[in-house]
Amino acid sequence: MNRWHAGKKLALALMFGLIPLLAACGRADLSALNPQGPVAQRQFDVLVVAVGIMTLVVVVVFALLIYVLVRFRRRRGDNSIPEQVEGNHKLEIIWTVIPIILLIILAVPTVGAIGKFAEDYWDDPNAVQVKVTAYQYWWEFEYPQYGITTAQELVVPIGKKIAFELVAGDVKHSFWIPAIGGKMDNNPGLTNRFYLEFPTPGVYRGKCAELCGPSHAYMDFKAKAVDQASFDRWVAAMQGPAVLPEDDNIREAFVSKCLTCHAVGDQGSPIGPNLTGLGSRVTVAGILFNDTPEQEYVIDPAKTEENIKLWLEDTQAVKPGNMMPSAGDLQLTREQIDGIAKYLANYQLDYE
Amino acid sequence: MAAHAHTVKRYPGFLGWLWDWLTTVDHKKIGILYLVAGGFFFVIGGIEALFIRLQLIRPLNNFVSEDTFNELITMHGTTMIFLAAMPIIFALMNAIVPLQIGARDVAFPFVNALGFWTFFFGGLLLNIAWLTGEVPDAGWTSYPPLATTAYSSHHGMDYYVLGLQISGIGTLLGGINFMATIINMRAPGMTFMRMPMFTWTSFITSALIVLAFPALTVGLVAMMFDRIFGANFFNVDAGGNIILWEHIFWLFGHPEVYILILPAFGVISEVISTFSRKRLFGYSTMVFATILIAFLGFMVWAHHMFTTGLGPVANALFSIATMAIAVPTGIKVFNWLFTMWGGSIRFTAANLFAIGFIPTFVMGGVTGVMLASAPADFQYHDSYFVVGHFHYTIVGGLVTGLLAGIHYWWPKMFGRMLHEGLGKLTFWFYMIGFHLTFFVQHFLGLLGMPRRVATFLPNQGLDTMNMVSTIGALLMAVGISFFFINIVITSLKPRHATNDPWEDGRTLEWAIPSPAPEYNFKQIPLVRGLDAWWKEKLEGNKEMPPAEPLGPIHMPSPSILPFIMGVGLFISGFGFMYNLVFAVIGIAITLLCMALRSIFDDHGYHIEPDEPKKGEVAA
Repeated sequence: MNRWHAGKKLALALMFGLIPLLAACGRADLSALNPQGPVAQRQFDVLVVAVGIMTLVVVVVFALLIYVLVRFRRRRGDNSIPEQVEGNHKLEIIWTVIPIILLIILAVPTVGAIGKFAEDYWDDPNAVQVKVTAYQYWWEFEYPQYGITTAQELVVPIGKKIAFELVAGDVKHSFWIPAIGGKMDNNPGLTNRFYLEFPTPGVYRGKCAELCGPSHAYMDFKAKAVDQASFDRWVAAMQGPAVLPEDDNIREAFVSKCLTCHAVGDQGSPIGPNLTGLGSRVTVAGILFNDTPEQEYVIDPAKTEENIKLWLEDTQAVKPGNMMPSAGDLQLTREQIDGIAKYLANYQLDYE
Repeated sequence: MAAHAHTVKRYPGFLGWLWDWLTTVDHKKIGILYLVAGGFFFVIGGIEALFIRLQLIRPLNNFVSEDTFNELITMHGTTMIFLAAMPIIFALMNAIVPLQIGARDVAFPFVNALGFWTFFFGGLLLNIAWLTGEVPDAGWTSYPPLATTAYSSHHGMDYYVLGLQISGIGTLLGGINFMATIINMRAPGMTFMRMPMFTWTSFITSALIVLAFPALTVGLVAMMFDRIFGANFFNVDAGGNIILWEHIFWLFGHPEVYILILPAFGVISEVISTFSRKRLFGYSTMVFATILIAFLGFMVWAHHMFTTGLGPVANALFSIATMAIAVPTGIKVFNWLFTMWGGSIRFTAANLFAIGFIPTFVMGGVTGVMLASAPADFQYHDSYFVVGHFHYTIVGGLVTGLLAGIHYWWPKMFGRMLHEGLGKLTFWFYMIGFHLTFFVQHFLGLLGMPRRVATFLPNQGLDTMNMVSTIGALLMAVGISFFFINIVITSLKPRHATNDPWEDGRTLEWAIPSPAPEYNFKQIPLVRGLDAWWKEKLEGNKEMPPAEPLGPIHMPSPSILPFIMGVGLFISGFGFMYNLVFAVIGIAITLLCMALRSIFDDHGYHIEPDEPKKGEVAA
């Protein structure tokens, strides 16, 4: 075999050898290959059927190709004209029918899953309703059954169907929690409904999956699945009255400068992200992590405070193109920034 | 005998050479113009790709800003698809199809030139955006509302809309021209079922262009009216609907990808067949499969919209229809494999590309079937999995096919053979780099990396594969550099190529000198079967039998009007953005040229049989 024929074979073998290595299932809170819920699981199962069929096809084609290249390469000095074959009816029928059968094998679970995922649980009394409104560059989560609204971090109970209604407040976005299930678009002017289920408690990473501007990559959100009791406590805490800063100066700044766009408890405005219990969230602004590398998802209030200051001091540096003015634009003093950051970092909801 | 037996005035020196190229209506020269312009835009698109990959080489990189990144991905996609891939396809179609059917030129040579210049000026308009700092940044798919003035108030998206609109005119003209040419101008004896596969795929591609591009035109007009004249097609607050854009765009967009790949299929059929010394296995099935792919290609557009919220019935139907396309495509792959089976395979650089196409495109095709399944697509959509898929089919498929065709037909276009050693170096660096770049992207998507992200967070398991992908891109750049070096070195060599330099040519283009003379065929040939030239060679003939006596050859006159019309549209593009007076002036220039063309008859000129023929004597 010529050297570069062998080289080509080796290259192909290496590529396929890499598959088991690279198919490291990925993070349990992020990977579609590491499904953590029944929706993601079913999607993964369809993927497995498809990959199985496709691997078969690829192996057959590759084997044929390699055989042909080796067996029928022109030998040195050979000037003969091969037999000119017009075709072969039997072969053509085989390689038409077999692919059709393989596609039917894929089509069946496909259509089944489409039906399953289209089920509308919005009016199901056992489901939890969440209205998701996507903005540049944050996520609003409203729970109409409880009269509460939060942002950036979706808290849900395990073991229940979470029925989502998705819409966008400005441009198109797309709501995706890969470990839990596939995505659905947030369109302005049209609502989409779908559902997800979270059987295992934990924090799952959500991503925006539709180009929405310069900070598209920073529009992460989290989904926190907790047991039913914790969820009930969270709802109750969210429904409680606003907790405002203790210091008069800081409180006055917070109410006059922040609550014109934000809300805490029963006070403030719905224009921007709801800040109730910000200290309990894993991130600030959806993208600045409040945990430490040693203890993932365990919140360190000192970190949260630092992140809030980072955000306030220059929002455009964190998320270019976002709508929130920076501290300078709001004429916040250093003292006010520090005070608000400390207050928000310590504004924790006790529910877990 | 026509009344106008004038000769063409040719001017000396550099200006004369320039005038020749600006006024040519010769399909062979237009093919070269398309190749050069397409190559130029390919380099721009390639640099944009390298910048994208350099930004993504590691998490939270700041090689480029987020704004610039969005501009890079938008321009990369738009430039590569419309200004690099399609023009190079047209380069090959122009250079080769008339020769393959035994014609002297295309049906409408003037319109052919116009098609080139409108494409070129549209592409220039789009890329000039980089120089103004107002660059389109809403993706090559330009979804509203992000693409509307409400969220993209600078002129970037206007460059996109106007540049593509003007360029699209060129493409549409090309499609019409090739349909007319292939239907009407085949040599005597060349029935449809005796046409070479490249001509067949060019024909079907042209039909796709004629049917699909108008959808893009409509969408761009609507977007232009929204952006420039305050219309509300896509303004939700005023009753518009953003999903409308998605439907219109993909109604064009899906047939577009078949427009891109079918010519490559044609090239592969020619190259594999020639270098196996065998006729194409299952020719009639190949023709039928191509037609079926094109037909089905209009039925599947909403597979780009599975997550948009069309509902389960629509998703199910489009899933099934999309899966169906795998059947005729698979048929073609097996037919290529069995063309080689029993053959005598010669591994020229051209054939390496054609052979490399097969496993690569199959991999792209199978991920396409995976994507076709809507429920699974809910995970794949808008993630790097899709990026992997479409680069496998477009780059690993189409571009590889174009490289095969360029290496194969270079002698026919330029009279010189590209250097084989450099060609093989190109192949290996390009192919290995390609697989490194894009194979890992499928996994990146499944691991949770969305597409069109300017950066990504560390500790998500994405770091290594992104770096591998960037390294692969650099290897591809090396491969393409070898290709350009090859072109330069080859251009310095004298024109020594024979009529049939590969010795196993099967189709009519190999029956005439390399490069083809100005008039293509001294006498239109008589075609006696499929692979007409091969058939004659096998019977010991050194030339094609003629279908007409020797006589004066009627040629179309060159004209500067297509170039000026392109300039007029170019000016109007700026006018629509900055000052409507210039929009009117630009369009007026174009209309004036059309009027001149209509009013002043030019019946062409004749080349007499005894005239010293341009290009006949090997230099």
